[in-house]
Amino acid sequence: MKLYEYTAHELAEMLDKKEISSEELTKAYYDRIREKDGEVKAYVSLMEDKALKRAKQVDEKRSKGETVGKYAGIPVGIKDNMCITNTKTTCSSKMLENFVSPYNATVIEKLNDEDLVFLGKLNMDEFAMGSSTETSAFFKTHNPWDLDRVPGGSSGGSAAAVAADLAPWTLGSDTGGSIRQPSSLCGVVGLKPTYGLVSRYGLVAFASSLDQIGPITKDVTDSAILLNLISGHDEKDSTSLKLEKKDYTKSLVNDVKGMRIGLPKEYIGEGINEEVKEAILEVAKKYEEMGAIVEECSLDVGKYATAVYYIIACAEASSNLGRFDGIRYGYRTEKFENLKDIYKNSRSEGFGPEVKRRIILGTYVLSSGYYDAYYKKAQKVRTVIKDAYNDLFKKYDLLLTPTSPTTAFKMGEKSSNPLEMYLADICTVPVNIGGLPGMNIPCKLDSKGLPIGFQLISNSFEEEKIFRAAYTYEQNTNFRANKPEFKGGDK
Amino acid sequence: MAREDYEMIIGLEVHCELSTKTKIFCSCPTEFGGEPNTHCCPICMALPGTLPVLNEKVVEYAVKAGLATNCSIAKNSKNDRKNYFYPDLPKAYQISQYDLPLCYDGYVTIDTPKGEKKIRLERIHIEEDAGKLNHDEYGRGSFVDLNRAGVPLIEVVSRPDLRSAEEVESYMRKLKSIFEYIEVSDCKMQEGSLRADVNVSVRKKGTEKLGTRTEMKNMNSFRSIVRAVEYEANRQIDLIEEGGTVTQETLRWDDVSGKTFPMRDKEDAQDYRYFPDPDLAPIRLSDEYIENLRNNLPELPESRRKRYLEDYKLSEKAANFTVQSKYYSNLFEDAIKVCDNPKSVSNMIMSDIARILNEKEEEPDEIPFTGEDLGELVKLIDDGKISSAIAKKVLEEMFENPKKPSKIVEEKGWIQISDEGEIKKIVLEILENNPQSIADYKAGKDRALGYLVGQAMKATKGKANPQLLNKLFLEELNK
Repeated sequence: MKLYEYTAHELAEMLDKKEISSEELTKAYYDRIREKDGEVKAYVSLMEDKALKRAKQVDEKRSKGETVGKYAGIPVGIKDNMCITNTKTTCSSKMLENFVSPYNATVIEKLNDEDLVFLGKLNMDEFAMGSSTETSAFFKTHNPWDLDRVPGGSSGGSAAAVAADLAPWTLGSDTGGSIRQPSSLCGVVGLKPTYGLVSRYGLVAFASSLDQIGPITKDVTDSAILLNLISGHDEKDSTSLKLEKKDYTKSLVNDVKGMRIGLPKEYIGEGINEEVKEAILEVAKKYEEMGAIVEECSLDVGKYATAVYYIIACAEASSNLGRFDGIRYGYRTEKFENLKDIYKNSRSEGFGPEVKRRIILGTYVLSSGYYDAYYKKAQKVRTVIKDAYNDLFKKYDLLLTPTSPTTAFKMGEKSSNPLEMYLADICTVPVNIGGLPGMNIPCKLDSKGLPIGFQLISNSFEEEKIFRAAYTYEQNTNFRANKPEFKGGDK
Repeated sequence: MAREDYEMIIGLEVHCELSTKTKIFCSCPTEFGGEPNTHCCPICMALPGTLPVLNEKVVEYAVKAGLATNCSIAKNSKNDRKNYFYPDLPKAYQISQYDLPLCYDGYVTIDTPKGEKKIRLERIHIEEDAGKLNHDEYGRGSFVDLNRAGVPLIEVVSRPDLRSAEEVESYMRKLKSIFEYIEVSDCKMQEGSLRADVNVSVRKKGTEKLGTRTEMKNMNSFRSIVRAVEYEANRQIDLIEEGGTVTQETLRWDDVSGKTFPMRDKEDAQDYRYFPDPDLAPIRLSDEYIENLRNNLPELPESRRKRYLEDYKLSEKAANFTVQSKYYSNLFEDAIKVCDNPKSVSNMIMSDIARILNEKEEEPDEIPFTGEDLGELVKLIDDGKISSAIAKKVLEEMFENPKKPSKIVEEKGWIQISDEGEIKKIVLEILENNPQSIADYKAGKDRALGYLVGQAMKATKGKANPQLLNKLFLEELNK
């Protein structure tokens, strides 16, 4: 086995036993990136010098017997909307193409404290708006299973990198499915934690009330470990909750006996691809075999989630993205006579069409005369959806749905039709509306050889249940025997 | 109809910077001044990815302001975003409060020629200040200074209860005084920490319907506010009298020409697209929290006034004057710890100190000496060490060159002559040189005595003890 094929927890053991060095490991990744990222195009920028320096430092500490974090020296890739000091944070936008952050996001600080090695920044849909990574202002990322297909989005770079062994694990962010949907399309494990579990400080905001950072990993164990490393209350984020720190690896138990799993019928019906539907029913059956109680249930109000999502997310985005005005940092037009020109032209030239579409939509729904009909109404429906989830979680430990209604689609297939693209998130968006945690677990390949994933959803701050059920499934199946083939492309 | 047939209707939005040590959403200092962009951090510069965290002191200060102005305090409140583009507003939204202000339905009382009047407050809410634009005088562009961005403000919105420029001034002075007393703001107008948006409309006396109002923004001196209100009300009356109509608009007051002008940038009505800030949790206050602040509020001017009337037997006028400013009142209280003459102290504040400040165009917070110094000065008079005429000169000196009064008197050689022998010598000398006055006095012209005393004062440069002079002149003249 090649070094880059191991999971992070396997690598940690090898580092601990001094079977390998962090420098060796880091170099192996950069070699792999040089070999494969030309096809995948997951990375926007690399941090090779810094990474190798850090790796050597960690090796030195280890050889001197100094205490280091359990995962010290393990590389990690970061979605390009999280700030790292003295490093470009572009959000894959022309607007921030040359923006260098003078500070670290809280998640970066936490990984720094553990001496992890940052490989580089990963491509995404511009400002995390999209489901295919095609709205990146720089280039499109390709799905390692079929290079002619999208990796999903918006954390397409983060998911593709893990699938293609370009990083052992990565961080993504999820506002309406941006971790889970690309994880599903790329056949990796992706978790969106409960809103408030991971600090958002230093994550460039898209929709503040929905954004969450989470891990994208090769397996469930790594997911629990990376969540351990990044979660916890942060004084710099008023929306991060003050809770006792948990050890999620304790939930990695191979046993689901007696767990109650609800299967909302709306997500195995219309609009879901037949093969995906079948796969989900097989997963349900597998859980029953393993001792869980699986029951069909209903989340009828879930059908409003996409509408609610596009109102709330766009409203918040229209305000959050106001600061990109060409005055202090970021892109500034060269064509201006007065202040209004600076605003108008910088924003017209600096933002791509999807970002503009959402800013316009969000501005509209907050305008006087429309606020009550759209924004206020959407907030009310949001409460209704939360209540519906609450009712379901009185009966069930977990809900099981597809993560994506389809497997990876062709590049360009949906990019000209925004509404169709928005439907790529119908299974994931309701979870963000509810503020709940949800995880994608890959389960099988479809007839085209593309990964299918299922989603487990729990009540707020009950990630333990997800980890337990996901781990049990993983232990009793073998999706990871499949490897992406990098087929298609221009070869 | 004449101008007198109209009345003006005025409402104020007063912005007052709170004197918390740090900004409202980050830990940068609120200190005034400093090189541009040195009191800021990624948060108040609105760098991508940063988040606000509400400074709890800001809530505390605002609640105190509400309690001191008889407001109800909201137990459930929140922060909202007010969205607009301007280079001094780095986030492109100001975090303010929209429909759930921290404090609401209060009032303050002001003195008017017709007696006390209640001015109702609609609300007090918290918000962040914007930065400042410095326009290059050589036309090389404008520069953004974010030192002030994120400094906490309260906005106090009055009902349209004010009816004259004088009422506007007393209302603002009253707010300033209250906020100074409870120590939530230093209210320094010259540093922009107290400013007002003034809404003015006019209507014919006896009618109910409000006229169309105009708004003058960011007024920051009492003098300009008074002038601007008078100018604007008259402009509106004249316009109506000429058959025109007032347009609702935002105006800029120009202090030099003494006129108002429409603001340039008002092409389209602003839609601020307020919505609750998703980065901040709702503000929830317990009854205990509010009651605790209420019970620990510093003594307010009204209560001090009562004490001054009862304990120190000050006149109504003197008591009102002394409590109008925390600085006067504290000066008074510190002074009477040193001397035992409250009436003289308050007189000196009301006549001499107020006059000097007025001449210097300064505010009471700029008095350069302490209450103890003032007390010592009054004591010097009471002990017969200096005359009250000399005391005025000492006071002037204390403003210019703050030293202990006794030290000034000593250095200047202003000690009063109270030695009877010495004074007698002066009296005899003056009498010898003024035979006509003696004759006048004997002929019943009492004014002659005043003249003689005046001559003696002149000869001693005001240092002679006036009581002694009087006594000795009378003795000599009546021999």
